[in-house]
Amino acid sequence: MELNELTIHAAHDLLRNKEISSVELTQAVLDQIAAVDDKVGAYITVAGEQALKAAANADQAITAGEITPLTGIPLGIKDLMCTRGIPTTCASRILENFVPPYNATVVDKLNSAGAVTVGKLNMDEFAMGSSTGHSALQATYNPWDLERIPGGSSGGSAAAVAADMCLGALGSDTGGSIRQPASHCGVVGMKPTYGRVSRFGLVAFASSLDQIGPLSKDTRDCALLLNAVSGYDPRDSTSVPRDVPDYTAALKAGLKGIRAGIPREYTDKEGLDPEVAAAIKAAIATLEDLGVECVEVSLPNTEHCVAVYYVIAPCEASSNLARYDGVKYGFRDTGADSLIPMYRATRSAGFGAEVQRRVIIGTYCLSAGYYDAYYGKASQVRTLIARDFQNAFETCDVILSPVAPEPAFKIGENTDDPLKMYLSDIFTLSANLAGIPGMSVPCGFSQAGLPIGLQILGPHFAEETLLKVAYNFEQTTEFHKQKPVL
Amino acid sequence: MKISKDEVLKVAALARLDIDDAAIEPFAQQISTILNYVDTLKNVDTEGVPGTSHAISLTNAFREDELQEHLERDRALANAPDEEDGAFTVPKVI
Repeated sequence: MELNELTIHAAHDLLRNKEISSVELTQAVLDQIAAVDDKVGAYITVAGEQALKAAANADQAITAGEITPLTGIPLGIKDLMCTRGIPTTCASRILENFVPPYNATVVDKLNSAGAVTVGKLNMDEFAMGSSTGHSALQATYNPWDLERIPGGSSGGSAAAVAADMCLGALGSDTGGSIRQPASHCGVVGMKPTYGRVSRFGLVAFASSLDQIGPLSKDTRDCALLLNAVSGYDPRDSTSVPRDVPDYTAALKAGLKGIRAGIPREYTDKEGLDPEVAAAIKAAIATLEDLGVECVEVSLPNTEHCVAVYYVIAPCEASSNLARYDGVKYGFRDTGADSLIPMYRATRSAGFGAEVQRRVIIGTYCLSAGYYDAYYGKASQVRTLIARDFQNAFETCDVILSPVAPEPAFKIGENTDDPLKMYLSDIFTLSANLAGIPGMSVPCGFSQAGLPIGLQILGPHFAEETLLKVAYNFEQTTEFHKQKPVL
Repeated sequence: MKISKDEVLKVAALARLDIDDAAIEPFAQQISTILNYVDTLKNVDTEGVPGTSHAISLTNAFREDELQEHLERDRALANAPDEEDGAFTVPKVI
């Protein structure tokens, strides 16, 4: 096995025993990027020089006996978390040349744990999309089939982990943007509870929904990354002051006594691919063999999730994206000779079509006379959706479902029909609306060899339960060990 | 409900966007489709249901009003498209 193919915990064991160095490990990752990223397109920026320097520092720390589970581990960061001195583009023309003067809290946390940042990963522009096809800078291709999308918006993160171009990555999830690409690329991904991970230095899309989380090669790595990035941050007023457990501690506990809810509204859902349905059914059966008891639950407001989300997210986005005005940072169109035309020319040239579409929808819904009918109404239905989950979790510990209704589609399909794309987010959006944690775990492959993910949802701050279910599932299955051939 | 081209232009102006002539009609079409879908929410009974603005309810996050570490001026200006004498500069306003 090549070094870049290692999991974080396996690499850590070799680093701790001084069988390998972080410089060797980081070089193996950089070599893999040089060898395959022409085909995959996961990285917007590769910070090779800084990475090797950080790796050398990590090796010194290890020699001095200072090692954390992430010391010397090469990681990729979705390109919307600020990295001081390394460009942070959000895959947008408007931030193409932006070099942050400070680090996001998660980046500071990874640095102080001794991790090595390899580079910045592609995404849908401002995280608006489910295919990474809305990146204004480059395309990313699914390592399992280069004619297909990697999913999105954290498509670069998922593809880089799947293609061994990093040992793990951070993504962000506003409506499924970690879980869906993890599912499409055959890796593990988790959206933690809203408020679990600080968002200071994360470029904001929809502030009541955004959450940072890990993408990894297995569940133990997911727990290790979550350990490193979780916790209260006074610089994020929505971060929750609550102790962070050691997420690896609960992995090995058995599943006896765990009750899994199967939502009535999700089964036989129109548009659910039969191969996905079969893989989820088989995964549920595997978990039952491990002692999980399945119960039917109801989430009666499921049908409203997409509509609620596609009011709230664009409204918040239109407000958050007002800051891109060509004044303080980012691109400015220099053709206009007065202020308002400069704003308009800058924003029109700087934002791609999907971003402009969502900004216009959001602005429309928030404009005088429409606020109550759209944002107000959607906020109320959001309460009903959150209550559905509260009720369901009275009778179960986790909820099991597909992540995406179909395996990864071909590049170019679905892109001219925004509503059709939005409807494919049906299984993932509700977790963001309710603020609950959700994971995607590899649970099968289609006949064409495309990965399929199982979604595990839980109540607020039940990350340990999700990880335990995922870990036990992994112990009896081989799906997460499969590698794409590039 | 069909969003007219004029409404698209009006909202685009509020959002400080210029829409190309050729893009207005497809935009109007796509936005109408999305808003028509969203209009299904009107049929949901939400009588007496409070809105949710944040899924985890936290009350105000206060801190003492003390000077803390902040971005120095030259670093804040480092990404500015245009600056002069330690300030951001913009094209004429009036």
